[in-house]
Amino acid sequence: MKCNRLVDVGRRQFLRGGVLGVAGAAAATVMPAGQAQAQARALLDYPSARLGNLADLVVNEPMDIAYPDADSPGVLIKLGTAVEGGAGPDGDIVAYSVLCPHKGYYMSYHAADKTLNCPGHFSRFDCEKGGQQIWGHATQNLPQFALRVDDKGDIFAEGADELIYGRLSNVLQG
Amino acid sequence: MAYKRNIDRLPIIPADAKEHNVTCHYCIVGCGYKAYTWPLKKQGGTAPGDNKFGVDLTVQQGADAEAWYAPSMYNVVKQNGQDVHLVIKPDVNCVVNSGLGSVRGARMAENRRSDITGTQAQRLTEPLVWRYGTWQPTSWDDALDLVARVTARVIDKDDENDLYVSMFDHGGSAGGYENTWGTGKLYFGSMKVKNCRIHNRPAYNSEVHSTRDMGVDELNYSYSDYQVADTIMLVGTNPMECQTNLFLNHMVKGMQNGAKVIVVDPRRTVTVDSCEQVAGAENVLHLAISTGSDLALFNTLFTYIADQGWVDADFIANSTFQGDVAVAEDAAHPASLGSFEAARAACKMSLADGAAITGLTEAQIIQAAEWIAKPKDDGSRRKTVTGYEKGIIWGNDNYRVIGALVNIGLSTGNIGREGGGVCRLGGHQEGYFRPSDAHVGRPAPYIDQLIIAGGGKVHHIWANDHYKTTLNAAEFKRVYNRRTNMVKEAMDARAGATREELVDAIVSAINAGGIFSVNVDIIHSQIGQAAHVILPAVESGEMNLTSMNGERRLRLVEKYMDAPGSAQPDCIIAARLANHLERVLREEGRAEYADQFKGFDWKTEEDAFMDGYNSGNPEVTYERLRVAGNDGVQEPVKGYENGALVGTPRLYEDGVFTRHGREDGKALFCMGTWRGLQAPGKAQQQANHRFLINNGRANLNWQNWFLDQKNDFVMDRFPVPFIQINPDDMADLGLKPGDMVEVYNDVGATQALVYPEPTAKKNETFMIFGAPNGTQGNVINAGTNELILPNYKQTWANIRKISNATPAAARVSYKSWEVEL
Repeated sequence: MKCNRLVDVGRRQFLRGGVLGVAGAAAATVMPAGQAQAQARALLDYPSARLGNLADLVVNEPMDIAYPDADSPGVLIKLGTAVEGGAGPDGDIVAYSVLCPHKGYYMSYHAADKTLNCPGHFSRFDCEKGGQQIWGHATQNLPQFALRVDDKGDIFAEGADELIYGRLSNVLQG
Repeated sequence: MAYKRNIDRLPIIPADAKEHNVTCHYCIVGCGYKAYTWPLKKQGGTAPGDNKFGVDLTVQQGADAEAWYAPSMYNVVKQNGQDVHLVIKPDVNCVVNSGLGSVRGARMAENRRSDITGTQAQRLTEPLVWRYGTWQPTSWDDALDLVARVTARVIDKDDENDLYVSMFDHGGSAGGYENTWGTGKLYFGSMKVKNCRIHNRPAYNSEVHSTRDMGVDELNYSYSDYQVADTIMLVGTNPMECQTNLFLNHMVKGMQNGAKVIVVDPRRTVTVDSCEQVAGAENVLHLAISTGSDLALFNTLFTYIADQGWVDADFIANSTFQGDVAVAEDAAHPASLGSFEAARAACKMSLADGAAITGLTEAQIIQAAEWIAKPKDDGSRRKTVTGYEKGIIWGNDNYRVIGALVNIGLSTGNIGREGGGVCRLGGHQEGYFRPSDAHVGRPAPYIDQLIIAGGGKVHHIWANDHYKTTLNAAEFKRVYNRRTNMVKEAMDARAGATREELVDAIVSAINAGGIFSVNVDIIHSQIGQAAHVILPAVESGEMNLTSMNGERRLRLVEKYMDAPGSAQPDCIIAARLANHLERVLREEGRAEYADQFKGFDWKTEEDAFMDGYNSGNPEVTYERLRVAGNDGVQEPVKGYENGALVGTPRLYEDGVFTRHGREDGKALFCMGTWRGLQAPGKAQQQANHRFLINNGRANLNWQNWFLDQKNDFVMDRFPVPFIQINPDDMADLGLKPGDMVEVYNDVGATQALVYPEPTAKKNETFMIFGAPNGTQGNVINAGTNELILPNYKQTWANIRKISNATPAAARVSYKSWEVEL
């Protein structure tokens, strides 16, 4: 019953937000963005949220983050090899939502082949290929967060390219 | 970079949106969905009172949320001429799937035709006729008049053998009881067409003759049986990919309740891995047999189980034939059928022989026998449910191997009992209601070979695409292109002629060896490129449509959107064709024959349903099925009580077997002795080629590739059909992931994209079947099993590199499909 235990773990983490220190800081920068303003414009106004610094990252060790707010867990990864769409001086930094776009279960990172894997129904996604679903039940590839790295090495998330599981607007609106 | 829609918000379903019952029309499982529609300029809100699900949408929803839907579940379509928002999402209250969506069904909305969002622009909207050197749009009356006049020239009363018909017999999609009745009444009622075939095989026949001859209908259990079984046996089937929510919502629950799993498959599939994840590897037995050796395995298991006395003696005595041979082997019966003891003698195989032929160890076979049949400590029956599919249906020695599997179920009393059943897992849903096909004969004519040999003058095709899904496909395409081109050239030469002159020109070309091809489909298919008249049909949801799933669960899909252009339901197309044939025949003075085409005054699909299905099942109406909702009713329907249809969750619970029509109701055993590779040419092909080209389906595009060839999410993942190869074999051939290879043998060639698969046995590959751009059938020889069952699985070929990965192929992931938790 390996998978069920992991499902339960995923749910517990998800229900408490799945959010660690860095994400809390990100959330704090998110909220001031006015909801009325977001509703009035054609495109969503994504917050620019600091996820960490280049110095914080260890190759192939995912850092827990949250974006665009505290209730949307994700990972920030320095892959160690440049990939299409990778950020940073080595072109190898990526960030993804970790909620499976199939049914919203909390996925885990498998460092050996750099994939995110879902304990619920066994879908898996390739972190080196823009979050492409390698095999699974989701009808979209994994939402990837657009990254910007400034002169000080601070890494900011500034958008997402697919709908995040569990919300009908990536930036929650009232 | 992977394909991304860049949709970051979706319209909210308002509280007062219209709600429609939808059964997913792709695969046999038939998951329940709901379609919600609402006016284009309206939207729901985030407050609980302002949306359909009464929840606060300003906050993140948890896992398994009813209120969340993906961009693939959304579209804008026409409904009664108006643009409306459409969301089609899994139904959390449907017993089949409990809110789970598959990677196929959860894209139903995105795969609807939309003038607004531009999806599925490939859908046909108007009739087309070959005119002035290409296809010209025209009216239904013009197109059907041409079809009727040419057809009338080659048929006559009691002489309809020059009309060839390829017609689907399935439910779901564009099939269903309405449409099989429409075509069936025309070709088997008004006419007695003998030269016909079904959508996925080159003859009009059963795929499972033996189980039916033994008295056992192939869909005899309820999906819930998987939840209470002690052992789940899966043979030549890959339900995690091909019956996904049957696996996730029923088989997984069975494993969580303690069931052990036996998987018989030459390759390690995603199903094997998923079973190990859920049940633990110690409770999963993967029997990776040598290709085509299933019969040896089942006969060995049957022998061993009987020798151990692990059989249900009371069941055998009360419910099965007593004596010796009941039906002798002949041209229509590839094995004798008879009693348990007679079958035991005919099928006898030792553990040593079974192990040698299958490549398994004796211990593995004994382990399987114990899991299947060894009574529990208290002496009670071990409840074993068996699911099988194309691995043996399209494998070696179809008749005997399926019979041998049913032997095991019968001898252990595992048919008609809770937690039992020996059933097909199936492909599409079913929806068959037609006049008798007895005139077709048995064995049925091998239509594709007859066409290659010059047979047929007019060919009516209903949602078949031989070009993608037949065997000996390379030769079929060559001949069919030549014969249809003869007619096209004749038509081109008479541009500007009167209808009468044109028909004369077509008939002359037909008599010179050509064939006139009429194609009814929802898209311009590959065989449709050869057609002279193309008639646009609709899909489920663009019409009301009834079908049953793999546990015989009958549901009505409620029409939720308009047809594209002037497309019509197949049943209405059949009716209008009948009307035109009647008119033309009467004009020609053939009044008596014309009278045979009466009875097609249907205006709607419901008229066809009442004329057909309801005539045999008077309790069942559209209104009662609407009330029954997405749980529907399991066939056969026994009555109507207290405002609800009363169904049958499991067949044969009384121990009486009826499928074969025997008055005594006794089931028969199959006396099928092992005899090696049965179909012609297979052993020779194996001897002369290095690689087994095993083939089958995959999760992403199983049962829906006809639409997905225009779906960006799908085509981004696999731009070309893949072939999985062991990495050592790749090294031998100098191949890298994504390289394009040619697969070639004595009958043809096709192309594929190389996908490394470390679990593949050396020299054994697996290629995706039915692709629009790399037809696996090109390398399948014409040899069939007895009773014209194609033997796709046992195919051998060589492989050579064509080129490095294309840019599209280089972008995709080549990592393992097995989850790592």
